[in-house]
Amino acid sequence: MDIFLQQLINGLTLGSIYGLIAIGYTMVFGIIGMVNFAHGDVFMVSAFIGLICVLLLTTVIGISSIFLILAITLVVAMVFTGLVSWAIERVAYRPLRGSFRLAPMISAIGMSIFLSNFVQVAQGPRNKPLPPMVPDVIVLMERNGYQVTLAYKQIIIMAVTAGLLFGFWWLVQKTPLGRAQRACEQDRKMAALLGINVDRTISLTFVIGAALAAVAGVMYLMYYGVVNFADGFVPGVKAFTAAVLGGIGSLPGAVLGGLLIGLIETFWSAYFSIEYKDVAAFSILVVVLIFMPQGLLGRPEVEKV
Amino acid sequence: MADHRSDLWEREDTPPEGAPAPQPAPPAPPAEAVLLPALKDAVLTGIITGLLLLPLVGFRATESGSGPLTLTYRFGLVSVFAGLVMVLRLVLNLTVWRPGRPPRAKSAALAGVSQRIAPALKPAFFAFALLYPFIAIVFSGSLSLSRYWVDLGIYILTYVMLGWGLNIVVGLAGLLDLGYVAFYAVGAYTFALLSSSVPLNAFFDAHVAEGFWASWSFWVCLPVAGLLAGLWGIILGFPVLRLRGDYLAIVTLAFGEIIRLVLINWVSLTNGGAGISSIPPITFFGVPFNSGDDGFAAIFGLDYNSMHRMIFLYFVILGLAALTALATIRLRSMPVGRAWEALREDEIACRSLGINTTLTKLTAFATGAMFGGFAGAFFAVRVRFVSPESFTFMESAVILAIVVLGGMGSQIGVASAAILLIGGMELLRNLSFLKADFLFGSDFDPSLYRMLIFGFAMVAVMVWRPRGLVANRMPTIFLKERKAVSGALVKEGHG
Repeated sequence: MDIFLQQLINGLTLGSIYGLIAIGYTMVFGIIGMVNFAHGDVFMVSAFIGLICVLLLTTVIGISSIFLILAITLVVAMVFTGLVSWAIERVAYRPLRGSFRLAPMISAIGMSIFLSNFVQVAQGPRNKPLPPMVPDVIVLMERNGYQVTLAYKQIIIMAVTAGLLFGFWWLVQKTPLGRAQRACEQDRKMAALLGINVDRTISLTFVIGAALAAVAGVMYLMYYGVVNFADGFVPGVKAFTAAVLGGIGSLPGAVLGGLLIGLIETFWSAYFSIEYKDVAAFSILVVVLIFMPQGLLGRPEVEKV
Repeated sequence: MADHRSDLWEREDTPPEGAPAPQPAPPAPPAEAVLLPALKDAVLTGIITGLLLLPLVGFRATESGSGPLTLTYRFGLVSVFAGLVMVLRLVLNLTVWRPGRPPRAKSAALAGVSQRIAPALKPAFFAFALLYPFIAIVFSGSLSLSRYWVDLGIYILTYVMLGWGLNIVVGLAGLLDLGYVAFYAVGAYTFALLSSSVPLNAFFDAHVAEGFWASWSFWVCLPVAGLLAGLWGIILGFPVLRLRGDYLAIVTLAFGEIIRLVLINWVSLTNGGAGISSIPPITFFGVPFNSGDDGFAAIFGLDYNSMHRMIFLYFVILGLAALTALATIRLRSMPVGRAWEALREDEIACRSLGINTTLTKLTAFATGAMFGGFAGAFFAVRVRFVSPESFTFMESAVILAIVVLGGMGSQIGVASAAILLIGGMELLRNLSFLKADFLFGSDFDPSLYRMLIFGFAMVAVMVWRPRGLVANRMPTIFLKERKAVSGALVKEGHG
């Protein structure tokens, strides 16, 4: 029971991070129907931008309030990662929009290789550790010497995720931009005929997805305290798994899928074997796609001639 | 209304072939109307580049011993890059992208020449591949000095073969497979495990002949590796073939990763991340390449040289690659190959015409996997060491890139893309002249930039020629007249 509760907390934290990345996949897939392979690496880039920003704020400017540092880092990482993602869409995906379906995917794989190697060249191949941020924990219960703890940083991660999701939901459901996005998702040509700037809407979709990935990146940095140039691939694939599990194209589905993947991964590591935790996540992807290709909350795909 | 309609129809008419379309050149805008927007655009691009590079190039988190990270600054580098991009953009804006510039007409003479040499291209290509080791020996001076070039040839041909194998799945059947490396791994591990197995060795020593397994294991295991990989293709393919397009891609990616993770973690069978290193070398159909009396050199009356083995390896992979190409060409004109291509074009139409799509997809998957398995066994015998490190997702991405850049379905395109990509990557490994003092200094490591440039080139080629290098395709079956189909008219990957 104690272990179960602890793993539940850990799993929800990890799942929040996956969920934030998964939204980027699901939004882009919804609007232009491509798997943005570079999204995992955008997440990794955002964690590096966060690292630089934290170092700048602590060692050069000398701010000591951890919450101020986190808030500034979040904003800076969101802005710069959004810019990176905007540039990627502009350079690598937009020229290929009218092309056949594989072209943007190959371009995205190239972009993913480019980004991880760019960070390796610019920042060096070694792990970048940070001193632990927000190390305090709350002891929820204690029995036979086993403590169930809830760390402050876990609370921060879950709270920020929940808050952002609310804001994001509001953006998609209530603002003109969200309406334009949903319109483009349904029928791009019709939306363009009705006076929606489709290019701008798609660009903004990429920027928003990247901003959410940047939040995930900063949270990842804070939670694990270390980041490496190769850290984009596996979280990226898992977040994609989450998006598929929840039903690709569905925003609540992405979050639900993220939480489920996080929980499955932590419980698998705790009760079975930690070596095969990635195998477990990938196997779930395969099983879900085979038996429920539309995902948990997705609409079934209608085949048209 | 009627006028408007006819006007539309006329515009959609294609110009007669060969002749450049007569296009009235729009009046060139005045110089200042071009210069000012171009300058503005260039400055904006420069600023954006600077902002993009600022966080990760402008600052660097440097490790100082075991202490905390410290920041170092490189703002000069950022401004140099931003300035470069700005100047480049300005030059392009004023030349290639200049508004009102007449589009360059395709030269008719060039098209004629390329049409005339096209039939001779394939035999020339094959002849060059056959003569390549001897050319390498002549140009590098001696047998021993040609080692690097022959090795490079083997390396490239391995990728040509892998590209042709994946081409069956992606290019012909239109099934996007991102986990092709799994079958490569199955082939390599099958051979590695069987050939280094002690009980098998003892069994053959006792029942067939002393030393039989050490000298014949490759030739026995090669078909086994192919068959096992094909079997795995069926096992993995069976559950996933109901999926469409991107989903299939992701599931195959997941399978590729699962197989790699199992290879890493199943230490008792695969020796984990340390790999298997006791693989016997290749033999000339039982005759070992050594300096002994019963070695290859002694039997054929040559002076012993370790290069004999390399050259033999070259011809083995050339044979395997040729087998792949030949099988593909033959299969394309058989019912199953026709069904693959029909499936690529339209799955629903296929089903309506009574083609068993599941069986068709499975045969494509299994055939592609089998050739992957052959290549894997060859890889294991060439390197004589296998570890999960060799079978990462990157490898699948490179093979897929070869197929797509080559123009899916085109054999000669895939081969040229393999030569270009793998040869180019190898070229980047040898950029040590950049270490000269007047360029980047001796602490500059060009090999770090290899994958960076590779990724960038992938994006650039896709944007430049999304249809790949050879974008035209000859239909295998035709009515009255054989016409090349432009790649733009063919859709793929709706499997």
